[in-house]
Amino acid sequence: MSTEKTFKLDGRDIPFDDGDTVMDAALRAGEYIPHLCHDPDFPPHGSCRVCVVGVNGRHTASCTLQASEGMDVDNSSEDILEERRMLLQMLFVEGNHTCPACEKSGDCKLQAVAYHAGMLSPHFTHFFPKRSIDASHPEMMFYYNRCILCGLCVRVSKYEDKKSVFAISGRGIDSRLVFNSPSGKLGDTDFSPTDQAASVCPVGAILPKYLGYETPIGQRLYDFKPISVVGDETARDIAKDKLTNGGPDE
Amino acid sequence: MVAQMSNIQQRNQGRKDKLIVATAPLCGCFGCHMSLLDIDERIFELVELVEFDRTPVTDIKTIGKCDIGLIEGGVANAHNVHDLREFRANCDTLVAVGSCAVTGGIPAMRNQFDLKECLEEAYIHGIGVENPHVPNDVEIPLLLDKVHPIHEVVRVDYFLPGCPPSADTFWQFLTDVAAGNEVSFPYSLIHYD
Amino acid sequence: MQDLDSFLHGLLAESGDTPDRLLQHLIAVQKQYSHIPYDAIQVLSERLGIPPVQIYSVIEYYAFLHRNPRGKYDIRFSDNITDRMLGNRLLMQGMCKKLAVEPGIPRDDGKVTIEMTSCTGLCDQGPALLVNGIAVSKLTEMRIHKMVGLIEAGVPVGKWPGKFFIVEDNIQRRDMLLNKRLIKGSALESLLVKGADAILNDLDESGLRGRGGAGFKAGTKWRLCRDAAADEHYVVCNADEGEPGTFKDRVLLNSYADSVFEGMTLCGGIVGARKGFLYLRGEYLYLLKTLENTLQERRDANLLGNNILGQEGFDFDIEIHLGAGAYVCGEESALIESLEGKRGIPRKRPPFPVTSGYMQKPTVVNNVETLLAAARIAVYGGDWFRSAGTPESTGTKLFSISGDCERPGVYEYPFGVTIRQVLEDCGALDTQAVQLSGAAGFTIPPQEFYRQIAFEDVPSGGSLMVFNRQRDLLKMVLNFTRFFCHESCGFCTPCRIGGRLMNDLVEKVMVGYATSYDIHELKKIGRVLQKSAHCGLGTTAPNAVLDTLQKFPGTYSRRLVNKSYEPAFNLDKALEVSRQLTGRDDEEAHLRLGN
Repeated sequence: MSTEKTFKLDGRDIPFDDGDTVMDAALRAGEYIPHLCHDPDFPPHGSCRVCVVGVNGRHTASCTLQASEGMDVDNSSEDILEERRMLLQMLFVEGNHTCPACEKSGDCKLQAVAYHAGMLSPHFTHFFPKRSIDASHPEMMFYYNRCILCGLCVRVSKYEDKKSVFAISGRGIDSRLVFNSPSGKLGDTDFSPTDQAASVCPVGAILPKYLGYETPIGQRLYDFKPISVVGDETARDIAKDKLTNGGPDE
Repeated sequence: MVAQMSNIQQRNQGRKDKLIVATAPLCGCFGCHMSLLDIDERIFELVELVEFDRTPVTDIKTIGKCDIGLIEGGVANAHNVHDLREFRANCDTLVAVGSCAVTGGIPAMRNQFDLKECLEEAYIHGIGVENPHVPNDVEIPLLLDKVHPIHEVVRVDYFLPGCPPSADTFWQFLTDVAAGNEVSFPYSLIHYD
Repeated sequence: MQDLDSFLHGLLAESGDTPDRLLQHLIAVQKQYSHIPYDAIQVLSERLGIPPVQIYSVIEYYAFLHRNPRGKYDIRFSDNITDRMLGNRLLMQGMCKKLAVEPGIPRDDGKVTIEMTSCTGLCDQGPALLVNGIAVSKLTEMRIHKMVGLIEAGVPVGKWPGKFFIVEDNIQRRDMLLNKRLIKGSALESLLVKGADAILNDLDESGLRGRGGAGFKAGTKWRLCRDAAADEHYVVCNADEGEPGTFKDRVLLNSYADSVFEGMTLCGGIVGARKGFLYLRGEYLYLLKTLENTLQERRDANLLGNNILGQEGFDFDIEIHLGAGAYVCGEESALIESLEGKRGIPRKRPPFPVTSGYMQKPTVVNNVETLLAAARIAVYGGDWFRSAGTPESTGTKLFSISGDCERPGVYEYPFGVTIRQVLEDCGALDTQAVQLSGAAGFTIPPQEFYRQIAFEDVPSGGSLMVFNRQRDLLKMVLNFTRFFCHESCGFCTPCRIGGRLMNDLVEKVMVGYATSYDIHELKKIGRVLQKSAHCGLGTTAPNAVLDTLQKFPGTYSRRLVNKSYEPAFNLDKALEVSRQLTGRDDEEAHLRLGN
């Protein structure tokens, strides 16, 4: 035991193995660090910055930060919490997140992380970008309004499904998800509800058709338990469950 | 927030008055007001703590000086702006209540379209429209080109998210303020839907 | 025009069909067809083995690539603050009017497109523009008038008057680097005579630090790369000089390219690389031909290629890659992504390029000036170099000086020179502020002109823009916030969204609607960018706002509304559409400023 390497997270010793990120080790030790673009089953990305932690006075994304012996990681100072809240608020004003009109509400990680952060309002000035919906796929919908550009579908489709259905195009505030088809429509790609990428979206951007409010609002995943308790696995199970139980009415 | 609350607290300690509360619906569905009424029999306790000024509940049409103003709905037209400014000018603490006031909510979904498209669809090209023209009676408030959350039009002191915020959320907020406590919501009371 | 199929066939046959060729092929297609036709995407997808969606995403990342046709004459006005101070907006408006074209939209006959672009690196001889990628300097109404005539007459750009395209070096002060000529091949001979370790020791002794701005020790970088075990190593010269106000690499590449290539080859010989890349920003396309010629001369002189200078196994060659209008590609890991043909998104670090760079192989990425200095150090020694400068910032540094001064241009100074000295030398009078190190740098007020430019005091990648007391500094700030909005790669939340929020707030200050609350917000958002952005460009993007807020508070405060709050948007303007549709203009149809 004495050879076990550890770092400190808010004062608690967290054991880690070589190659672990701070996020890996913390999650394994049962310590929650908020994250949106990260899924522990896939390689880290580091784009949403919501997992920002403080190390030696510097703030950095914990999902890409290699753990090292003796590190002193701040996961809960007011400074860090405030920064995370502001990053979340930025994500909310960037798109059009009309939670009451979203089928993902209650099962949505963006919401859940914001609940966990105690975010009461998006605070900033809304951009209200004009964005469309892609309903061209027979079984799946894509809502540009809700996409937070986490890139999870891009990565999972490419590396797990070996399909490359998605890419992030444009740049800056004009960045957006695009689909691999001549028409640019999702329906003309080889995307399928059985793809891993179909269940990986943390928000309500990629959703199955023909499913609406089977579980009532108020009885959903994060309505009872904070995301820090629910964990990533349960969240994905629920999303997969929806995909297998969905489909047009007989 | 803490500072504003303590102002009210100090005054309340001086004179054991009730909190004076006003409420207004802007562009919304009235659901937040309904949810406030969902506190059910606790309303008897509430009226011991607060007194209502202008609100659709009392049907008082003008606002006096208030401790708290609760605003439901987004800002969609010129009248909304007037009402909101009036509340801001008269309320020590102005609170955005519900998704529409906090984010623009459902009414802000019209922001996906140009206002011109919206009005022409409704009054000119829509199915079954007779005598097509955009109404221009001076009694009808002019629409803003976009629907905005209230914090983009006036300074807002506090936010109660939810569609609607639950009765418990209202209860927690008002009782915390009345008691002079810093408002603090448990996890179960923070919702955006 | 050559048909697309045979053009692509030739392109692929000539320069390869590996995925890393994508960006270079797209640039070639864009040049030939003024856009990337749909069919080209299909062919490239098939031949390079890249899904079409990835090709779209690359096209839409680079400002100089387009999926829809541009005008036959594709014109981009440089829009750095220095161009603005020289009147670029009026010139562009005039040109648009004369040619009857809307900014950004091709004219109906497909003849011309006009729009703004980020700084093109001609700040010392602006206002400037690019026509079909080639720089035109010193714009005047007369020059614009003539260009309009040439365009309407359909005269090919190649037949336009040569004087339009003259880009002066404007070297105003020379010191040890620019004075000391380097005999072609002498640094490589020195390497063969003294050996790699001795040269690395020279570099260490010289104290040479990276000239791009970050200031990493060059000797250490080369050693780390050399010591990283791998079957291939690479040397990359970062000539993506995109920081607004910076143009010294333009001059080095124009007149000292041989030394730069010598430095690259030296580095290749030391770290064991067989291949080097010069990543040339698209805006410097006009330099490409002479650079290629210089490379060929070096090949002919056996200074590139196999068995360089007869040394068995000393194989090294250099390929020039073009950028296509993306500031972020100046960040070394984004540059490597771009070299690999992808979108220029900065990588996660570590690993650093010295261990995992181009194609995941150990790679040295150095600034143009660093490589030039390294070649000289190999010949003249570390002591020679460190005889100038300060203990932590040895040697001399090139500065690009522009803005309100009599003699803009390139100045070589020993590190440690004071800002005041520089201002005196370039003939800057009545200076209100100096913007050091570009849009991402520092805003320096007169009371700090005593400060020294050096890593110990104010570090600098080498640009210095001067603003006299007649200038409105907020215009500078707004120019920079717009620049960062335009150039953010969009990868991380704080830079993508926070940058836009900051820009909108600065605009609010500019139009006179902002309050002290908005200033407070600006500071808060700026700090989030500084602390949590993914790359160095994101963390420095808020610098100009935060610096001016602190050092030039009056720039903001005199514009603020004396209220605790003003709406985020113009309320009365928000009723304009309704007023038009209803024809109303009564009292109730208006909203005054907030209360």
